[in-house]
Formats: sequence, C-alpha cells, structure tokens
Amino acid sequence: MNGAAAPQTMTPPARAAGMPPTFYRIGAFAISLILVALVILISGASPVTVIGSMVGGAFGTADQIGRVIATLSPLLLCAAGLVYTFNAGLYNLGVEGQITFGAIAATWALRLLHPEGATASLLPPPVAIALAIFVGGVGGIAWGLLAGALHVYGRISEIFAGLGLNFAATGIAIYLIFGPWKRPGVASLSGTQPFDESLWLGTFGKTEATPVALALGLIALLMTIVVMRNTYFGLRLRAVGRNLRAAYVLGVPARRQLLSAFLICGLFAGVAGALQVVGVFHRLIPNVSSNLGFLGLLVVMLVNFDPLWILPVALFFSALNIGSLQLPLSLGLESSLSGVIQGLLVLFALLGRGLAQVYGRKPEG
Amino acid sequence: MHRRKARISRRTPANSSTVKVELRHIHKRFGNVHANDDVSLTVEAGTIHGLLGENGAGKSTLVKILSGFISRDSGEIVLDGRPAHIQSPADALRYGIGMLHQDPLDFPPLTAIENFMAGSPTTPALLNVRAAERNFRALCRQFNFDLDPHARVSDLTVGERQQLEIVRLLANGAGTLILDEPTTGISATQKTLLFDALRRLAQEGKSIIFVSHKLEDVEALCDCVTVMRRGRVVGELNLRANGAGRAHGDWPAGERFDVAARIVEMMFGRELAMPVKPAIHQDETALVLEGLLLRSDRLEMHIGHLAVRRGEVIGIAGLEGSGQQLFLLTCAGLEHPAAGSIYVSGRNLTRQPYSAFVKAGVCYLPADRLREGLISGLSIQEHVALRMPSRGIFINRAAAAQEAERAIATFNIRGRPDTAVEQLSGGNQQRTQLALMPSPLNVLLMEHPTRGLDIESTLWVWQQLIARCNQGTAILFASSDLDEIVQYSDRVIVFSGGRISPPIAAAALTADSLGQMIGGRF
Repeated sequence: MNGAAAPQTMTPPARAAGMPPTFYRIGAFAISLILVALVILISGASPVTVIGSMVGGAFGTADQIGRVIATLSPLLLCAAGLVYTFNAGLYNLGVEGQITFGAIAATWALRLLHPEGATASLLPPPVAIALAIFVGGVGGIAWGLLAGALHVYGRISEIFAGLGLNFAATGIAIYLIFGPWKRPGVASLSGTQPFDESLWLGTFGKTEATPVALALGLIALLMTIVVMRNTYFGLRLRAVGRNLRAAYVLGVPARRQLLSAFLICGLFAGVAGALQVVGVFHRLIPNVSSNLGFLGLLVVMLVNFDPLWILPVALFFSALNIGSLQLPLSLGLESSLSGVIQGLLVLFALLGRGLAQVYGRKPEG
Repeated sequence: MHRRKARISRRTPANSSTVKVELRHIHKRFGNVHANDDVSLTVEAGTIHGLLGENGAGKSTLVKILSGFISRDSGEIVLDGRPAHIQSPADALRYGIGMLHQDPLDFPPLTAIENFMAGSPTTPALLNVRAAERNFRALCRQFNFDLDPHARVSDLTVGERQQLEIVRLLANGAGTLILDEPTTGISATQKTLLFDALRRLAQEGKSIIFVSHKLEDVEALCDCVTVMRRGRVVGELNLRANGAGRAHGDWPAGERFDVAARIVEMMFGRELAMPVKPAIHQDETALVLEGLLLRSDRLEMHIGHLAVRRGEVIGIAGLEGSGQQLFLLTCAGLEHPAAGSIYVSGRNLTRQPYSAFVKAGVCYLPADRLREGLISGLSIQEHVALRMPSRGIFINRAAAAQEAERAIATFNIRGRPDTAVEQLSGGNQQRTQLALMPSPLNVLLMEHPTRGLDIESTLWVWQQLIARCNQGTAILFASSDLDEIVQYSDRVIVFSGGRISPPIAAAALTADSLGQMIGGRF
C-alpha cells in the first residue's frame, strides 16, 4: 500500500451521483455565457447591442473581413503548432518568443536581400519573400529547439524555459529596433524602416488579408489533422504526452519525440512571425507577435488539443478580436472586452472538462 | 536493559505524552482491495512495536489511518483507554501522534529551523525564532543529532531530515511516533543514532511504531512485533518475553535464529508449493551478467557471475525494496550498471542505449501496469500500432485492427480494439501487456507478473510464459509470492539488504531455507 493509497483518498466521494460528462461541459459553457453577459451589463451596455456591434465590426465591410482573415492566418499556424506540443504533454508558452524570433530572422533575411538604400532586392521579390518566410521558419525552429533542449536535457520546466525565451526574443527585437536596425535618424517604438513595397506580400484587393498567409495557415492545419490522426509520428507523440515513461519502455524514442514537437511548433510559429513581417507590418516592431501565440494557446486549450475544431474556434476568436475594435467607437466600451470573453470561455471550458473528469459518470466499458 | 524496565514502571500516568495506543477492528477498503481487514493492534506506552509485512500487506494503510492521512471505514482508535476522533494529520498531532514518512514530508527550500517551526499547533502571529532555536538545539543535543538550524533542508541527507522530523514532532508534543521504513536510505551511523534516540524515547514512556520489512532492524530494536499479510494480522511475537528486557546481543545465536525463522514463517506461510515448471533442454545462454555492480542512492549490490540459459526461469525472491527492481531495470537496459558487463545472446550490450536492448529482444514488464507499462488514454489497437514495426509514415489501420483482434482473441482480453486500456480490469491489462510482447523474445524481465490477478488468470499467464520459454525465452521475474517463485522457477536468487544470493535450484528449496535467505542468512 506504500504510496498507492494516498492518491486514492483524494478522489471525491460524489462519484455515485455523477452526471454524464457532457452535462458539465455544456453547463460550464452556459455559465461562461452568462458571466460574459453580466460583464457587459456591468460595463453599462446591453449584451445584444454589443454582440451586434461586434459582428458588424468583424464582418461589416470587406476591410474588416480582411482584418479578421489577417488575424486568423497566423493564429491557425500557431494553434496548429501548439497541437504538437500539447499532445506531447508540453505547455509551450514559448510560442510567443518563437513568433518573435521568426520575425527577427525574416527581417534579417530581407535586410540582407534588400540592403538599405538599394533600389531593388538582390533576388526577384517573390523569391526574396519566400526565402524570408523560410528563414523565419528556421528562426522559429531555433527558438523552439532551444526551449526543447533546456527542457529535455536541462530538466527545466518547458513553461519557464519558454517564458524566459519570450523575454529574450522581445529584448533582442527591441535592441535591434533601437540599435543596429534603427531607422535612419530616428529610433522609435514604431519599428524598423518599412521595407520596399515590392517586398510586401500581396493582399486580397485592398484589404489586409494575404492569400499566401491564409493558404499557409490552412495547409499547416490540414497537415496537423492528418499527422495527428493517421501517422505513427502522431500516435507516438500522443503516447509520449500521455505517459512518457511507459512510452519509453514500449520502445518510443521519447526525447526525439519531444524535441520534434518543439521543432514543429517552432517552425509554424516562426513562419507566422515571418508572415507578420512580410504581410502585415512590413517591418519589425517590438510587439510583432501581437499576443497571437497566447491566443493560440487559448484556442488549442478550448478545443481540447483536437485539431479538427481549430478552424471554427480560431475564426471565432479572430472575429472577436477585430469586432471588439469597433466597441470604443460605436458604444464607448473598452475593446479589451474581447480578451475577457476569450478568457472566460477558455477558463470555463477547462473547468467543465475538469469537473467532468472528476465527477462525471464513466462511460460504460 | 533492566534499567529501562525500572524506568518504565516509574513513569506517571499524569504525563500527557505517554500514550498506550489501541487500534480495534480497523477496516479499510480501496475499491476491491481490502487493505485492512479487521486489524487490531495494541502498542503499550514505553515500547517499540514493530509492524512487519510485505508491500501491500496493509501496514502503511494502518499507520496512515492512525496518523490521520487516511480515514478508516470502520473500527476504533483508543488512546489511553479513551476513544480518539482522528480525521486529519492535525487531529492526530493534537492527540500526540506524529508520523515520520519514508520520504520525509518536509519543506526542502526552507531551512531546518523554519521547518522546525512549521506545523506547530500553537503558532503565534509573530515567529519567535530565537526561542525556537534554543529549543531546537536542546533537543538535538539530547539525541546527539548534529543539525545546523540554518542549513537548507534540500542540502540535508535523508537521515538528517529524519532527525529534523523527530525533533519537530517531539517539540510539537508527540507522545506516539510512527516511523515508516525509516532505515531505507540512511547511513549506518545515522541508523545507530536513530535507534539510540528511539530507545531513549521509549524509556521516557513514549510509544513507538516501527514499520519495516527489514527483519534485522525489527529484531535489533523492537520489543514486540506484529506481522501483517494481505490486510490481516497474522501473528504477534514478543521479542523481549524471555528474560524480560533482554537486549539484542543477549540472545543466544540459536534463539535469535528461531525468532527470524518464526517471523518469516508468519510473513510468508509455512508450506511451499510444488514446482511445476518443465525442465529446460537448451544450453545456449540468453543473458550473462559479469561482475555487475548496481548502485542507487539507497543500495549497492554486486553480482559476480550469472548466466541464464534460453528457456530458463529465474525467480527473484526477497523482501520488497531490496534492489530487485534496480536489478531488472539494469538487465532491461533502462538503468546502467556502475560497473560490469551485460551480454544478451552473446552480444555485449553494456552501457548501450535502451533501444539496443529492445532490438536484442529484451522486454521489461513493470509491476505498475498503468503507470509504467501501458498508456492511459490510448486504446488496445493504438498500443498494438505503437508496437508494430512501423515501416512508412501512415498507420496501417487495417493491419493494426487485425492484429488487435488477434491479440484480443489469443490472449482472451475482455475488451474491444478501441477500448482504452485504463478501462480494462487489472487482469486484462496484464493480458494486454503480454499481448504486446515482441517476437522473437530473448529475455523477459517481469515484476510481480500475477499481482492482483485471480487464480484462473494467474494460471493462464504462466501458461503463456512457459510457452514462451519453450520457444527459447529466458525469464527473470521478481515476486513477493514465494509459491509462485518455487512453482515456476528453475533457479531462484534471493535479494536481501544489498546482497544477492547465488542461484539455487528451485527443487532444492524448502520454506525454511528460503525464509532464512530472505532474512539475510546465506
């Protein structure tokens, strides 16, 4: 009974009275909606008008739809990448730093290919852009593997390794923006000198959305769905994530799986960072990641690490983000309301899942 | 020792820290397991009471009930004749019951003195560090403990952390001390200090419960011993009965020997089963160990030479925690030996990675099936797919499903291919583990192959294992079931307190000889 007995005393006695697990999930979702409505009421507006205003703000004009898509694309990349690390049992909070470092690497590549003051880039612009995105991916991999190595070989929690590297990446970006890469004459938080317009990624009409970014996001998501469902790699990743020791004893090369998860997540995040540079900001700015990595974490937690549901949830979160920008103008409310809503939804989804696990009736088996 | 007796009789009942502990008809179930089945135990004040038994015998459960970590299903705790209501460790401490856990439950990032002050039932709003330190130093002096009050607990050895726990519990007014396997992982000097301290506390009238599975410690220290097996008390022995209070050294050699034999007999039962394993016909060796030195932070063991033939079964007997697991893990390539060589089918695999062992046909089946052997959340089919030689990127679902169906049919697993392994019963989990064994299999290493299985499943499992032996697999298994060891082994090795016996033919074993070996006499 040594040791084995202690955890059993932790299980609550309420099992007999358990409801089916879906009850807790739906219940938690309902409570989160009620709380969202309450928050809106407290801030002095009606939930219905707020929802209307947000929908209008997200999908009212082509421009707004474009912005939703411009947010969705990197979000899909990050969320897809995080599916790998989550399934490997890793909380890769370093995804933000991986975006930032990807953006730095892409900027570096573009500055090499199109030195300041030159009239044209050394390579044809499409090739240069593709190369920058590639280099961004490599930068993301480097930052991801660094966190991975610290975790796997240095036994540092991947959460702390990731958070530390986030600060480091932001620090490097700010150093570059104010130091070696500062705009001629002025150094400012608004970032480096914008690139030549020939190096901007093409957009849908006059909107901010770029087809390339959207395509990459969707490809990454599709690939992730296939990998997680149909490949030995995905199966081994899930095995390692659920029980590292047993997977290792069963012959799964556990370290390699963990590092691969960091590598792929770093790759996707790095590409997302590069796309932020070539497609959205056209320069390196200090907050180039725009918290998309953290938003990606929320998305993946909300879908319970199952990639199939990422697209609708990521779209919903992007629309919330863009739609809420309308709130200060139309209703005089804070746009940070979207963050409150996203946070509440995820918190209660996790709570519902936890309650279902603890109190839910087990399926017959 | 006569002096001790005198002192005990002089103690006054008014002294609140002397307590007679009685547990009456304690029952506790964990699911289907009756961990404590009508257990009664009386510990007189001023005595050291040993509680012996194999892992899973229920002794830890019993002392955790007494110390408030686990709530009992029924039964009574009586202290000095009055029923006590103990629902939490804090309750227990109010009654003066303190427990020392095998892995000290302290706060490693804090200093010794901070630990000493933590958990005091009468903590004022402001800490009086200086007074606490005076108290701490006085207690340490009393027991010859050399503890620096300002050392970080994370820098202390297990033995020192124990000493810290003892003075902390005493300062908090403990009149009853429970020690769970206190001699694992501490040095010989620390053990002497600990035993001296415990004897002194007993002389002061405190009651001490000493949980162990080490015969020698119990013999050396305890006045009285209670043996548990499978959740029940199977015997009690008064070690100081003859000649009242005779010290350990006073026992004539023959008599000491009898005590050990009687205790082992109580722990394991008298009659051994008959061997049923058919003889082996192969001379080729499957596993050879040469000058192997195994080292953990608790144990150091040495094996000169061991050659295991194909088709041979080696049973590993010994009290649990005597290094069997480390030995099996080393043979499996999951731990590296400190020195020596390991050969599998003639190939030197010393210090090779685990994957090389897997490739050489070595397979390890852990005792804790759900924690180390199988992956909760994955189905039987997914386990099969994980084990299939994966050529290509995509999972061959059809093949995996077919293979899973085959495994379920041959191994008689009560589940479907898509059943998650944690939903299977213990027996079916073990069947699944067996179904996942690779082929060809040269060396199979197992811990408690049939623990928790019913008789039918046990027989079936061994049928499968012997079938493997007939195909040339060598099996080494550790078990706390001596019948199982004698029935199915060709040869037996015994682990005892860091020593490993030479292999002995199972047919030549008697209950007595095996018991003496487990007790450390070989």
